[in-house]
Amino acid sequence: MEERGKTTEGIRILKRGDREYPGRLQEIPGAPEELYVLGRLPEEDRPTVAVIGARDCSEYGRYVASGLGVSLARNGVQVISGMARGIDGIGQAAALDAGGSSFAVLGSGVDVCYPAGNRGLYEKLKLGGGILSEYPPGTPPLSHHFPPRNRIVSGLSDVVVVVEAREKSGTLITVDMALEQGREVYVVPGRVTDPLSVGCNRLLKLGAGLLLDPGEFLEEVWRICDSRRPEAGSGRAAEQGAAGEGGRGGSRGPAENPAADRLAAEDPALAAVYRALDFTPGSVDQIRERLPAAFREEQLGASLIRLCLEGLAIQVSPGQFSMKGTD
Amino acid sequence: MYSTILSGALLGVSAYLVSVEVDIAQGLPGFSMVGSLGGEVRESRERVTVALKNVGLTLPPRKITVNLSPADIRKEGSAFDLPIAVGMLEAMGYFKQGAAGNILFLGELGLDGEIKRVRGVLPIVREAAAKGIRQCVVPAANVREGAVIPGIQVRGAGHIRELLGFLEADREEDREGLLPAVQVSEEEPSVREDEENMPDFSQVRGQETAKRAAEIAAAGFHNLLMVGPPGAGKSMIARRIPGIMPGLTPEESLEVTSVYSVAGLLEEGTALVRARPFQSPHHTISLAALVGGNASPRPGMISLAHRGVLFLDELPEFQRAALDSLRQPLEEHKIQICRAWGNVTYPSDFMLVCAMNPCPCGFYPDRSRCRCTDPGIRRYMGKVSGPILDRIDLCVELQPVDIAGLKKERRTESSKEIRERVQKARERQKERFAGTKCRFNGDIEGTNLERYCPLGREEQALMERLYHSMQLSARAYHRIVKVARTIADLAGEEEIGTTHLMEAAFYRPSTEYWR
Repeated sequence: MEERGKTTEGIRILKRGDREYPGRLQEIPGAPEELYVLGRLPEEDRPTVAVIGARDCSEYGRYVASGLGVSLARNGVQVISGMARGIDGIGQAAALDAGGSSFAVLGSGVDVCYPAGNRGLYEKLKLGGGILSEYPPGTPPLSHHFPPRNRIVSGLSDVVVVVEAREKSGTLITVDMALEQGREVYVVPGRVTDPLSVGCNRLLKLGAGLLLDPGEFLEEVWRICDSRRPEAGSGRAAEQGAAGEGGRGGSRGPAENPAADRLAAEDPALAAVYRALDFTPGSVDQIRERLPAAFREEQLGASLIRLCLEGLAIQVSPGQFSMKGTD
Repeated sequence: MYSTILSGALLGVSAYLVSVEVDIAQGLPGFSMVGSLGGEVRESRERVTVALKNVGLTLPPRKITVNLSPADIRKEGSAFDLPIAVGMLEAMGYFKQGAAGNILFLGELGLDGEIKRVRGVLPIVREAAAKGIRQCVVPAANVREGAVIPGIQVRGAGHIRELLGFLEADREEDREGLLPAVQVSEEEPSVREDEENMPDFSQVRGQETAKRAAEIAAAGFHNLLMVGPPGAGKSMIARRIPGIMPGLTPEESLEVTSVYSVAGLLEEGTALVRARPFQSPHHTISLAALVGGNASPRPGMISLAHRGVLFLDELPEFQRAALDSLRQPLEEHKIQICRAWGNVTYPSDFMLVCAMNPCPCGFYPDRSRCRCTDPGIRRYMGKVSGPILDRIDLCVELQPVDIAGLKKERRTESSKEIRERVQKARERQKERFAGTKCRFNGDIEGTNLERYCPLGREEQALMERLYHSMQLSARAYHRIVKVARTIADLAGEEEIGTTHLMEAAFYRPSTEYWR
C-alpha cells in the first residue's frame, strides 16, 4: 500500500484547456476532458511518432520495432505507444534504452501496470518519459477502455508507424483514428504470405506511407512536425546533425553485421548455418535443408547453440531458431 | 487324518511359502477354512468340493478343516485351489501319505477338475527353489514360466485326474512318464522377435533431430520429451525406441517376466519375456493404474514398463496427481506401495518418453498460424508439473512433415544400425560404472558428476558461458553434462568436448517455455 501511495503522489491531473495540456491533443475531436499524467509530457517542439503493431509479433517485427525505436530516439524523436506486449513495448523499450524519451497511453489508471509482464518498461517510462491515461488512478484495464485509448495514442503523435498487423487487428483502430485526426500513417511492409503483415500490406495498398529507410523516414517526420508547428522549428537544426549521423542505426542488416563477417573468417561452417537462419523461426530440420553441403546432425545442434552464445541467433523454442533481432 | 501341502503366495514381486494344512475328522459334517483368507480364497471351498465330486472323488461326510499358514498374512488369489484339493485327497487316503511331500502345488480348479492358469508362478517357484524345494506342480499353461528357474523340477498338470495318477504312482520313472518335468533352455527365444514385424526407424521419414534425440536417450537411458503438433510422428518415434535398445540381459529378462507373471499378463506358454517392454497408457489413466495399487496391490504401468519404455502421449492431459506420483519411481527406480496391512515394492526402472503439443492449437511458436494467447499457452504448459520436467534430460521439438519430405527417397537408417551404436555406447558405460549402483549416464547423480564427467578447461569455460547466457539452474547444468557424456560415448570419445556440450545444451528442456 505504501508504494501505491507514493505512486499516486506523482500523478497530475490536466484539464482540457489547461496551458500544460498537450497541444496536439487539444485539436483532435473527442479529446479527453481530463488527462492523468505520471512523469513528463511529450515536448511540443520535438516530433512524436507512435510505434504500434501486433502483440504476438514475429522476430522480424521485433527487429524492426527495436531498430526503429533506437533510431527515433537517437534523432530526438519521442516515441508514443500503448505499452502493450509485442511491437508497442519493444519500440518503447528500445527508445528508452537508447537514451530517448517515450510516452505510454494506458487503458487503465496510470498507477496500474498492464500488462504485468511490462513492469520493467513501466518503471523506465516513469523516469525516461511519461505515462498518460484519461482514466482515474486505480481504474482496472477493462477491454472497452482500449479502443478509446488508441485515439490518444494517435492524437499525441505527428506520425503513426505500423510495424506488424494481422488482417483484423486492433492496430487498425489506431490507424483509423489517426486518419480521422489528420495524422500521417507509415507502414512497414512484410511478406505477402505472412499473416502478421497482411494488415500492413493492405494499408500500403490503400495509400499509406511506405517505411523503407529510417533516414528518409526521419526527414519526413521532421518535415511534418515543422509544417504542423512552424513556430517551433527552432530545434530542428540541432537535431538534424544527429539524424545524418545515426539515421541508419536501425537498418543494420545481417549482411552488414561485423560479427557475422568475423565468423565467416573463423569458421565457414558456422557462418553457413548463420546464413541459413531467417527472422521467421525455422526448425533445425528446415535449417538443415537450407545448408549448401551436407552437415552432420551433431554439428548442427551444436552450431546453433554456438550462434546463440555469440548473440547471433535465438532459440525461439526447443527446436526452432531464428536470427536474433534485438541488439 | 491330517496332511500338509506346500504352496506359495505373492508379496509384491517376491513370494513366500504357505503350507496348506487339511484335517478330516469325526464330527458334524462341515467344511471350514481359516488363515486370514481373502474372498477368492474362501470361495475355493466350493470350487474344490464340486471339482472333486465331478471327477468321482466324493467327500466323506466328516468335519473338514483347512488352515493356510502363516495365518497372519492375508491370502489372495485362486492358486490355493490345487494344494487344498491335494491336501484333502491325501487326508482321505487316495494316495500314499507323504507322496506329495516336498512338492509345491499351485493352481486354480474349474468345476470339472481342470487346472487353470494363475498369476505369479515365476516368483513363487523361484522362492521355492531358494528354500530348497526340488519339485513343483503348476498349471500346464504356466509350466514354461516356472521352468526357467534352475534347480527345481517343474511339472505342468492340466487336470486333477492327471495329477492324481502322478501322485498314486510309486516309482520315479512312472511319475516322470505321467507328468514330465519341463525344461526351458536359456537361449530359447520365447517371444519371437520378428524383426520384420517390429516397427523400424527406417519407416520414419525426416525428423532427423528427433531421431537423434531418441538415439541419445536410448544410449544413456535418459528421459525424453517430444513437443510437436499432432501428426508430426511423436508416437511413431516413441514406439521405435525399444527397438534401438539392446536386448534384455538374462537377469533383466527374469525381472521383467516376474512383473508380468505377477500381473497375470504373460501369454500362455511363455517362458521368458525377451522384448523390451513398451507401455503407452491412455491419458485418462488413474493414479493407481499408473503406479500400481488397489487394496491388494498389482503392478501398475510403470512396473510393466520396467527395463523398457513408458510412453505418455498428450502429457498435459494426464491427471496432475498421476504425473506427480512418478517422481519417486523416476528417482529410485522402484515404487513402494503402502497399505494399512503392509508395504509392497515393485521394480520400475523405466525410460520415460513423453509427447505433447506445444500449445492448445498445436502450432506455437509459428505465430503466423498459432492464435493461442500467451496466458493460454502458459496454462497449457503449466499443466506439466515442474518436478517431472526436472527429471527429463532431453527435449526435442518436432515440426509437421510436409508432403515433399514424405516422398523424398532418402536412405534412412534402420533400427539395427542405430542399435549397434547404442550398444557400443552402453558398453562404455558398463565399463565406467562397473561395481557401482549406476548403470547408465542417466543415473549419474550430481555428487558423482565430476567423477564420471570431468571437464577440461575449455569445456568448463563453455559451460560457464552457457550457464550465464541460458540462465541454467544447477540441475539443468548437470543434465547438460550428463547428456554430453552420452553423446561423447556415442561418438566413441573418452573426453567430453565442447561440441558434445553444445549439442546437449541444444536438447536441454528449457523451462522458459513453460513458465
